[in-house]
Amino acid sequence: MKTVQSAFKFHGGVHPQYNKDLAASKPIEAMPLPKQLVVSMSQHLGAPAKCLVKKGDAVAKGQLIGERNGFISANVHAPVAGTVAAVEPRMGPTGGWVDAVILDVAEDQSGASAFMPPLDWKSASREDLLARVNDAGICGMGGAGFPTVVKLSPPPDKHCEYLILNGAECEPYLTSDYRTMLERADRIRAGVEIMRKILNGPAVRIAVEANKPDAIAALEKAFADIEGNVEIVVLPVLYPQGSEKHQIYATVKRIVPEGALPIAVGCVVENVGTVAAIADAVEKGIPLIERVTTVSGDGVVEPKNVRAPVGTRYADLVAFCGGEKEGVRKVISGGPMMGFNVPNLEIPTTKTTSGLLFFTSARVFQYSSNACINCGRCVRAAQKMDVMDCIECGACSFGCPAYRDITQNCRRAKASIRAAAAAAKAKAAAANAKK
Amino acid sequence: MLPKQTAERYILSSSPHAHADASTSRIMLDVIIALLPALCCGVYFFGLRALILTGTCIAACLVTEGLCRLAMKRENTIGDLSAVVTGLLLALNLPPDLPVWMAAVGGVFAIGFAKQVFGGLGYNPFNPALSARAFMLISFTGAMTTWSSSAWTLSAGSTEAVTTATPLALIKKGAEGFDWSQAALIKDLFIGNVNGCIGEVSALALLIGAVYLLVRKVITWHIPVAFIGTVFLYAMFKGGVPPLVHVLSGGCVIGACFMATDYVTSPITAKGKLIFGCGCGLITMLIRTAPTGAYPEGVSFSILIMNALTPLINRFTQPKPFGKVKK
Repeated sequence: MKTVQSAFKFHGGVHPQYNKDLAASKPIEAMPLPKQLVVSMSQHLGAPAKCLVKKGDAVAKGQLIGERNGFISANVHAPVAGTVAAVEPRMGPTGGWVDAVILDVAEDQSGASAFMPPLDWKSASREDLLARVNDAGICGMGGAGFPTVVKLSPPPDKHCEYLILNGAECEPYLTSDYRTMLERADRIRAGVEIMRKILNGPAVRIAVEANKPDAIAALEKAFADIEGNVEIVVLPVLYPQGSEKHQIYATVKRIVPEGALPIAVGCVVENVGTVAAIADAVEKGIPLIERVTTVSGDGVVEPKNVRAPVGTRYADLVAFCGGEKEGVRKVISGGPMMGFNVPNLEIPTTKTTSGLLFFTSARVFQYSSNACINCGRCVRAAQKMDVMDCIECGACSFGCPAYRDITQNCRRAKASIRAAAAAAKAKAAAANAKK
Repeated sequence: MLPKQTAERYILSSSPHAHADASTSRIMLDVIIALLPALCCGVYFFGLRALILTGTCIAACLVTEGLCRLAMKRENTIGDLSAVVTGLLLALNLPPDLPVWMAAVGGVFAIGFAKQVFGGLGYNPFNPALSARAFMLISFTGAMTTWSSSAWTLSAGSTEAVTTATPLALIKKGAEGFDWSQAALIKDLFIGNVNGCIGEVSALALLIGAVYLLVRKVITWHIPVAFIGTVFLYAMFKGGVPPLVHVLSGGCVIGACFMATDYVTSPITAKGKLIFGCGCGLITMLIRTAPTGAYPEGVSFSILIMNALTPLINRFTQPKPFGKVKK
C-alpha cells in the first residue's frame, strides 16, 4: 500500500468556494427516529422497485418492502420497525412523483429486526457476495444511485483491472464522505476486500482530494497492512474531480469512450460511502437503510453530519440541526453544483441524499442572462463532450459572466434528442404494425 | 389522485446553484482599470487634450449605445460598461491633436455602425473601436495622421523629420542616417516619449495593464505572445530596423494586449488564439514593410482582417471531445 500524487490532470475544471469548514469538524451524529418516514420506491437510478406492502402492514426493521424490478433497479427495505400508513405517490428531490411507503415509526424498536445472516467474506463464494449486494439494495451513494450489483457484474468479455474508490467529494459544503473516511476507514477497507473478491482481484485506487489530509491519514492507517496492489491517489483540488470519467483519467489515465461505461476501460468506480455500506451488508447483514447526510449552508442553525434512516423528511432532518434560520431562500438536495433545488421540506431523504443545504438570500444569486460575449470560460472550464455524455457538472455555467443557462440547455438538448429518438422508434413501430 | 402539493416556499432554479461571481460588467471594469496607466501616460505626454478627447469618445459611445437600445426597444446595456471600454480604446488610438468633433463622430460610428447594428455586445463581427478608427483613417486622413504636439526631440539623425512623424512613418520613409539601434530611442519608445496615438505610445504603461489582465484572468497569454512574437521574429529575419523597435512602435502592444484580445471578435480556444495572434503579427508586418503600401502602420487592419477569420478559426479549432473514439 502506498500513497501517490495524481500525475494526470484533466482538461479544465473550476474552483468553487468549498465552504466545507461549516460541517467538516462535526462527527457523524445519529438522529432520533422521526414519527413518520416516507420511503420512496425510487431511490436509485433505473426502474422503481415493486412495492411489497400495503396499508396496515406491520414491518420489521430491515424487511424487504420494495423488490428490484428490472435489470437496472434495486431493492428497498424498511429502515425501522413500524406500520404502513399508506402507499401513495410523493414528490422526490427531482420533482417527480413516485410511489412511497409512508411508515408510522413504532415507538418500540426493540423487536427482532429482519436483517440478513452475516457472511464471512473470506469463506463465502463470489456469487453469494454478489447476491448479498443485490439483496441489500445497495446503490451508488455519491449521487447518481446506479445499482451496485450491476457495476459489480461486468459482462463476460470485460475484466475489471482497477477498482477505484471515489473519495473526492468535490461538491462544495458536503462532508459526509469525508467524515465516513475519517470515522469508518476500517469499514471501507472491509468493503474493498469484499469487492476485490467479487471482481476477481483488481488493483485498487483510492482517490481523495488533497484538501482532506486527515481522511488520507485515516485511510493509510486502515489500509496499512492490506495485501496486493492498493494505492491512495491524492488528487488536486479541482471541480469536477469526483466525476467518474474525470477521476478515471486522473487516477489511471484511461479515457472512457463516448457513450460507454467505465468497465469499457477496465474500471469500476464506487463511492466510499457505498463501499462501507457493502461491508455492513455482508458482515452484519444490514441492508442499505440509512446514510450520512451533510446538513449545511448559511441558513441552518447548526450544520451537522447526520446519520438518518432513508425516508426521513427534510423537515425532520433540519429540525435535528436546530432548524432553519430566518430568510432561507433556497434549499438544495445534494451539493450546490449538481444538487436539486427543492420547493418544500416534505421531501424525504433517499439512499443518494449526500447533503441538504440551506441558503439565505445572501448566498442565492438571482440573475437574468445577458448576451454571450464569446469569452470561452465555459470551454475552458468543462471537458468538451458529446452532449449525450454531458455529466451536468455545471462547471460551464459556474463561470459564465453572462449568467447563461448553459448546463440547463445541455439538459434540454439531451431531453429533446431522447424525445426525438423515442418518437422515431414509435413511428417505426407504428409503420411495422400497419404492415 | 396525487396528494395536494404543499406551497412552494423556496426559489426554484436549475443547478448549478453556485457561481464564480464573474460578470460582464466586472470584466469590462477590469479592462478599464488596465487601460488607466496608458491613459495617464497619454495625458502626461500630450496634455489635457488627451483627456478631453477620451471623455468625448466615451460620452459619444455611451449616448449612442443608449439611443440605439432605445430605438431597438431592447434593454439598456450602458451598465455592462462595454461602451465605456470601446470609447476608451478608440480614444487611446487617436492622435492627440484630432478635432474634438471628429472623435465624437468616431464614437458614434463605433457603437452605432460597428456594434449595435449587429445586435449589440456579443454579436459584432469586428472590433468596434478599430472599425471606427479605420473609418476615421479614411474619412479624416489628414487629421488622423498629423502629429505635432509631442515633445519628442530625439537628437539623432535627421532630427527635422523626427518632430512631425511617428517612428513607424520614419521607418516607412526609410529615414537614412537614422540610428535605429541607439539606446535612447528604445528608452523613449518604452516609456512613451514619442509621437503616436494617445494611448499607444507607452509600452511600459500598456504592459502594466496587460499584466493586470493576465493576473485577473481576463485574458490569456496566447494572443499577445503570438502577436508580439510574430512581429519580433518577422523583423528579426527581415533585418534592418531592430525587432524591438518594431514591437515597441505604433499600436503593436496596445493592439496585441487590448484590441486583439477582445472576446467577441477573437477565437475561443488556445490553439485558435495562437493562430489569430500569429496572423495579426504577420499582417501587421506585411503592411508595415510593404514597399508600395501607403500606411506606415498595420495593427488596426491586421486585427480587423483576423476578426473576419475568427468564425473560421473557431470552426477548425474545436476541441476534441473527451472520450471521442478515433474513426
